[in-house]
Amino acid sequence: MAKIIVVTSGKGGVGKTTTSAAIGTGLALRGHKTAILDFDVGLRNLDLVMGCERRVVYDFVNVINGEASLKQALIKDKRTENLFILPASQTRDKEALTVEGVGKILDELANDFDFIVCDSPAGIEKGALMALYFADEAVVVTNPEVSSVRDSDRILGILHSKSQRAEQGREPVREHLLLTRYDPQRVNIGEMLSVADVEDILAIPLLGVIPESEAVLKASNQGQPVILDGQAKAGQAYMDAVARLLGEKVEHRFLEAKKKGFFSRVMGVR
Amino acid sequence: MRLLDYFRKDTSQQSASMAKERLQIVVAHQRTSRNQPDFLPEMQREIIRVIQKYVKIEQDQVSVQLDSNDACSVLELNVTLPQ
Ligand SMILES: Nc1ncnc2c1ncn2[C@@H]1O[C@H](COP(=O)(O)OP(=O)(O)OP(=O)(O)O)[C@@H](O)[C@H]1O
Ligand SMILES: [Mg+2]
Repeated sequence: MAKIIVVTSGKGGVGKTTTSAAIGTGLALRGHKTAILDFDVGLRNLDLVMGCERRVVYDFVNVINGEASLKQALIKDKRTENLFILPASQTRDKEALTVEGVGKILDELANDFDFIVCDSPAGIEKGALMALYFADEAVVVTNPEVSSVRDSDRILGILHSKSQRAEQGREPVREHLLLTRYDPQRVNIGEMLSVADVEDILAIPLLGVIPESEAVLKASNQGQPVILDGQAKAGQAYMDAVARLLGEKVEHRFLEAKKKGFFSRVMGVR
Repeated sequence: MRLLDYFRKDTSQQSASMAKERLQIVVAHQRTSRNQPDFLPEMQREIIRVIQKYVKIEQDQVSVQLDSNDACSVLELNVTLPQ
């Protein structure tokens, strides 16, 4: 039986797709057969971040409508073994995803896969609700910034009330905080909420902290999930997060700013 | 980090601590309304309109809260009347 993980946030542009691509790839690298599903109907993007945009033939909605089989629509990743991508549809019909349709696809995948990673769209509308409805676990992607933290709390409320687990009174969805775009230097000078601040407010277990990193844009330019960049701190931090998701105990890294000499501090050198 | 920042250690002046304080309030409020039925905000507005017909009060002088425990739910209405 596959484990279903939703990557969600409420707020847009905080790094859900970056995270879905990284975590999905990481799980596959660790030997687990993984599918990443793009729930962002009308704004397909996961294919670009994964670098498979030219291989999209059928999409999520084609499968729901019976126009293609799941097997036809799933794109096998060229770089990473055990990894498959189901692209979102570009239709403007926001009602295209239904509980029955999504449930059927997840059921079919569940037999064959170890992990299903659901890349949620922003907001709290239909697409976001569908992405989280069947989840066993949730990765709540949050930036150290007021509107992102508030929206994460909103999404936690929705996980508590609108997920299938909540509706059926089963064990609640397991929640993980993933703090991304973290800049320890700005935290040090009191310009940015710290990990501890955000943990305090949201009160859910910390899965990882992904530093603000130029490698992320570089990776998406190239259509390679950043986790494949072993040189980059962001890639390493995602790898650690994947290990924790698999139940391993791994120290948090990259929480401190690089130590600087007095001279460079006084000169405002970054 | 500029020279001035280097000597400024008063945390209350820092924007991150303001962010945290504001978030704590907003999130606490969000959580009390999490388990409330959808009609509650509309009911609250209506109650306020009724009271305003008789007494001059502001929106924020009325608070409506629904607390549920196992056996029953209690609707708590707090109105601060002017002197
Ligand atoms: N750790 C990081 N460091 C630097 N830039 C980042 C980081 N994480 C994400 N970004 C950048 O932030 C932008 C938004 O990322 P992404 O598309 O993953 O967000 P999203 O939450 O999926 O957005 P949407 O809500 O539109 O689906 C991208 O330009 C990405 O490169
Ligand atoms: Mg996205």
